Amino acid sequence: MEAVYIILTASMFSISCGLLGSFLILRKMAMLGDAISHAVLPGIVIAFLLTGSRDSMEMIAGAALLGIFTTFIIEFFHKRARLQTDAAIGVTFTWMFALGVILISVFAGQIDIDQDCVLYGEIAYVPLDLWITDGGQVLGPRALYVSAAVLIINVVFLLIGYKHLYLTTFDASFAATIGVSVSLWNYLLMGAVSMTTVAAFESVGAILVVALLVAPAATAYLLTEQMKRMLLYTVVISIIISIAGYYLAVAIDGSIAGAMVAVAGLLFALVLLFAPKQGYLTKLWKRRNLAEPTA
Amino acid sequence: MKLEAKDPVVEFHDLTVSYEKKPVLWNIDMTLPKGALVGVIGPNGAGKSTLIKSAMDLLPLASGYVRLFDQPLDEVRDRVSYVPQRESVDWDFPTTVMDVVLMGRYGKLGLFKRPRKADREVAMNCLRKVGMEAFVKRQISQLSGGQQQRVFLARALAQDADLYFMDEPFAGVDAATESAILSILRELTKQNKTVIVVHHDLQSAAEFFDWIVLLNMRLVASGPIKEVFTNELLQETYGGKLTVLAEVGELVRKREIPSREKY
Repeated sequence: MEAVYIILTASMFSISCGLLGSFLILRKMAMLGDAISHAVLPGIVIAFLLTGSRDSMEMIAGAALLGIFTTFIIEFFHKRARLQTDAAIGVTFTWMFALGVILISVFAGQIDIDQDCVLYGEIAYVPLDLWITDGGQVLGPRALYVSAAVLIINVVFLLIGYKHLYLTTFDASFAATIGVSVSLWNYLLMGAVSMTTVAAFESVGAILVVALLVAPAATAYLLTEQMKRMLLYTVVISIIISIAGYYLAVAIDGSIAGAMVAVAGLLFALVLLFAPKQGYLTKLWKRRNLAEPTA
Repeated sequence: MKLEAKDPVVEFHDLTVSYEKKPVLWNIDMTLPKGALVGVIGPNGAGKSTLIKSAMDLLPLASGYVRLFDQPLDEVRDRVSYVPQRESVDWDFPTTVMDVVLMGRYGKLGLFKRPRKADREVAMNCLRKVGMEAFVKRQISQLSGGQQQRVFLARALAQDADLYFMDEPFAGVDAATESAILSILRELTKQNKTVIVVHHDLQSAAEFFDWIVLLNMRLVASGPIKEVFTNELLQETYGGKLTVLAEVGELVRKREIPSREKY
C-alpha cells in the first residue's frame, strides 16, 4: 500500500508540473519554474511564522502569492530596467531564495523546517503523514489529498483556459488584438506554477520540482508537433517516471525523488536519440538509408 | 504635405509614442481613406511598425489617440484585423496550419466556444484563397517563409474584418507569394475594405499602393500615391540618402496600371 501511495502522489504532482511545464517551455520560460520554485521559500517561511502552522493550505497560499510577486518583479526588471529576461530571473530568484534561507536560519529554533527538507524533500515520508479526522478516522496520506487537489485545480484551469493560454503563448500580440488579456493569463499561469511548485516541494523538494516542470514536457515536445498530443504525452511520461523512479529507488535503496528525475533524464536522452521523426540517431539512420539505396 | 481622406476609416490624432522617454513617433496627425490599399513607407527605425501597433492598442501612447471607424478600438475589435511580423512568432510551435487559421475565428466566436463546422469551412475557404488548401494538416514548422506569410494572411482573412493592419507582409517572400498576397489585398479593397501595410521596398511600393504614408518619426506626407510619391518627398523621408533610388518617384508615373482616381 505504501508503494501505491507514493507512486500516486508522485504521479499526480508530476502530471501537474508537466502540464504547466509544457506551456512554460513553449513560452521559453522554462527557467521561470526554477525561479518560482526557489523564490517561494521566503513565502513558505513567512506563512509559517504568521500562522504558526505547517498546514499545507496556508503555505501554498502564501507561496503562490510570492510566486506571482516574483513573476511581477522579473517582468518589471525586464521591461522597466531593460534587463534581459534570463538576467532578471537570475537576480530575482537567487535573492529571494537567500532571503528564505536567512529567515529559516534566524528562526531555526522556532521553525520545524530545514534547508535539506526544502531542497530535497522526501517523498518516502508521504505514507507516514496521515490525515486523521477529529473523529479519529484515518483517511490516508495528507500529501495524497494535496496532490489530488492540485491536479484537479490545474486540470480545471487548463480545461477552461486552454485556448487563451495556447493563443497567448503562440502569438501574444494577435491575442491582444482580439481582446484577450495577455498579462492576466500570464499571471494566472504563473499563479498555477507557484501553487503547484509549493504543494510539491514538501514531497519532492524545490530543486527536483524544476525537473518535473521541464523534463517530461521537453521529452514530449520532441515526440510530437501538436499541442494537445504534447500535453497527453507529458501525462504519460509523468506516470512512467513516477512508477519507474519508485522501483529504481527501491532496487538501489536510494532517494525516490532522485531516482524519478534520473529516469526522467534517461527518458529524455532516449527520445532525443531515438524519437521516430526528430531523433538524432533516427535521422542519421534515415540519411544513411537514403544514401545507400538497398540493392 | 498632408492630404485628408474624404471618407476616413482611420484617424490618428496628435499621436506621440515613446520608448523609455525616447520618442519614436512625433505628433502623427492624419486620416486614411476607406477602401484604399495604404502603404506605410520609411527608413528603418522610422516607427512604421510602431504606428500600426499603436493603432491596435499594443503600445502605450504618450499622447493623442487613434480612432477606427470613428470609434475607439474596443468598440470595433471584431471589424479590425492585425497581422504581426512573421518573425514575431515561434514557427516551431506544435500546431497545424488549420489551427492557426482557426485562431482568426476566435475573435467572433469567443474563446470559450468550440469552433463550429461553419468556422472550419470559413478557415478552409481562406486557405484556398491563399493557395494553401493542400497544407491544412501540415505542421507549421514545415512551412517555408512564403507559406508562413500565406498562413498568417489566411488567419487574417478568417477574421472577416473591414480594416486590416499588416506588418511587412511582403518581407522575405518569394515572387509567387508576393503576387498572390498582392492580388488578395487588391480583392479586399475592391470589397471596400481598407488595408494598411507596412512596407520597406520603394520599387514595389510604387506598384502596389493607392495611398502612401511617408514616415520618419514625424509624418512627412500622407496622400494618394500620385501626389505623395515624389522624389522630393522621398528624399525628405530618407534624409537625402536615396541617391541610388533617386528615380523611384518616376516609377509611379510610369506604372502601367493607372492608380485609381477615387481619392
